[in-house]
Amino acid sequence: MTAPSELVERRHILLCCGTGGVGKTTTAATLAIEGARRGRNAVVVTIDPAKRLANTLGLETLSNAAHEIARTRWDPDGDAAPDGRLHALMLDTETTFDQLVQTYAGSEEQAAGILSNRFYRNIAGALSGTQEYMAMEKLYELHDRGGFDLIVVDTPPTRHALDFLDAPRRLTRLLDNRVFRMLMVPTRGVVRVGGVAAQAFLRAISRVVGSEAVDDVVAFFRAFEGMEDGFRERATQVMALLASDDTAFVLVTSPRRDAVEEAEYFATRLADGEFAVDALVVNRVHQHYCDRDPAALRDQARALVARRSDAANRLAEHYANLADLEEVAVRERAELTGLEQRIGDASVSHVPELGHDVHDFAALRAVGSHLMGAD
Amino acid sequence: MDLERFCSASRVVIVAGKGGVGKTTVTAALATAAARTGMSVLIVEVEGKSGLAACFGEAPLTYEEAELRPRVRARTLTPDDALLEYLDDHGMRRISKRLTRSGALDVVATAVPGMRDILVLGKVKQLERARAADLIILDAPAAGHAVSFLLSARGLLDAVRVGPIQRQAAEVVELLSDPTRCQVLLVTLPEETPVNELVDTAYAVEDRAGVALGPVVVNQCVPAVALDGDVDDDAARTGITLDATERDALVAASRFRADLVRRQDEQCGRLAERLPLPQLRLPYFFTADVGVTEVELLADELVLGIGTLADVEDGVAL
Repeated sequence: MTAPSELVERRHILLCCGTGGVGKTTTAATLAIEGARRGRNAVVVTIDPAKRLANTLGLETLSNAAHEIARTRWDPDGDAAPDGRLHALMLDTETTFDQLVQTYAGSEEQAAGILSNRFYRNIAGALSGTQEYMAMEKLYELHDRGGFDLIVVDTPPTRHALDFLDAPRRLTRLLDNRVFRMLMVPTRGVVRVGGVAAQAFLRAISRVVGSEAVDDVVAFFRAFEGMEDGFRERATQVMALLASDDTAFVLVTSPRRDAVEEAEYFATRLADGEFAVDALVVNRVHQHYCDRDPAALRDQARALVARRSDAANRLAEHYANLADLEEVAVRERAELTGLEQRIGDASVSHVPELGHDVHDFAALRAVGSHLMGAD
Repeated sequence: MDLERFCSASRVVIVAGKGGVGKTTVTAALATAAARTGMSVLIVEVEGKSGLAACFGEAPLTYEEAELRPRVRARTLTPDDALLEYLDDHGMRRISKRLTRSGALDVVATAVPGMRDILVLGKVKQLERARAADLIILDAPAAGHAVSFLLSARGLLDAVRVGPIQRQAAEVVELLSDPTRCQVLLVTLPEETPVNELVDTAYAVEDRAGVALGPVVVNQCVPAVALDGDVDDDAARTGITLDATERDALVAASRFRADLVRRQDEQCGRLAERLPLPQLRLPYFFTADVGVTEVELLADELVLGIGTLADVEDGVAL
């Protein structure tokens, strides 16, 4: 069992995963700040932060390079470890992909041919999975060349939290596509039956989507020839980095049923892939106000109403409200039981419902103290 | 406005909002409310995964329509389903098998961005044209994807200038830009970030995608309760001795509730200021997750809220 405080002190990479709307970005920012407070050179990679949080982190625009946040902002009281540093970056998917193409292209002409291709621009700009892949690519780059002690990555809000693990494979599958590789055959001056069948196939597709789109695809795969190996190799390196002991998976969820179900699914899938959840962070948990059963509190409210006095009625409302809030607290804990069992010996931290939006350093610190003092 | 008029203002209602705001429960409540007026409703679920059927106590949805309650049917419609159906309809059953088997489908869909969305919306248009139900409710993908989902047709019209997909896109744009045929119901929570994001989405949907907006649904509003009086005084008047722990718990819980309700009202006020659309508020349930009973209660609230909306000329734009 590794508490979040230990993760930010010792690990090199923290991957925050979870579905949308559970406070992943906030958790990632908090972990990076806590790492910096403990003297580490930390960077948080965000994907799509809410505006006010982005402003706090100085991320008004996409920035493909990490920028440092002034110490006075994240450590206003000056009580953090002296050599800690905090950086932030908002992933620019397209630029990251362009750089990757430039790295693996055999020549400048090859790179230019790919970068100007319309099909390529669609992949870089809009293909689902590209963002996930580029997040992992950026992670690798920061690991390889950034000189950071601690890299905290917020993963994209995919429908299934695990999509980012599949993304490199999905993209390589696209680039490896057999049908389109067949199309390459005639350009090599060898005419085979496969080539003819592929041409017929292409004509059929052209009838549906128009020939321009198909021409773009053919041009792309011609330009891309020879680069697949580089991409595949990089995907392998990224997977190895994720599997390393220096990488920890932080599963973020809220106590709502749908979020918990997704988190359980994620934990199971992660286990299938030889990974394990190291820490579970549950955001916005309602606290218990007392240890009485909600039903007993409701009975008491009813008994008070039966007294038919104004004072008793008013008091009854307070009891009914306490029952409401206790009921939520009980329900949330029941919701979480199965998940907490499934993740084995991962640490579990509950961040209470703070009742306000978390977007400035003071609020991030408040979340941080709940996370670091994990139960 | 009366419920029947509200529900028949446009034949397709697209329910959209950020993940976690409860689009699915709003979809279920709206379908239930419409069905109560005697209308037939078809719910189309595009992500192939949601708790919609569970809201009605039924088994998960499939591509085949299933009845969830009297007059409410539902089905899934994923882009892959839509593409296969499209190819079948266009006499290309043979290549459809090859497209999926070889993974070339991914390539084609990437070559024509927005094609997946167009195929889904095209199928919805076909259902609308065939009068598959009096009201079709589309449980849209989570926003920001909702905006690109709705923009896909216009984008495609620019990118592809010929062929059946182009015609499909043109017909989808026609559907989306006619408020008597289609409108978007945006769902949010009474919290700062969801409200900000909803406002951005609303302007994008209306200005860029040209789709009419219905009222905004503010979901999971914690009901206000009168937490008046001083707990100590009232306990004394009632002749009850409160032990200190219980007294503190009552006070803390009441303060939490009052703060929560006040902040919620602030956010609804801010939303009203930034977005001149009527709001329909739906309650949060302390006692249970949304299931069969809660959907009926939400439908009751929706009906009440709709009753307070002003009528608009021509039954257009709610």
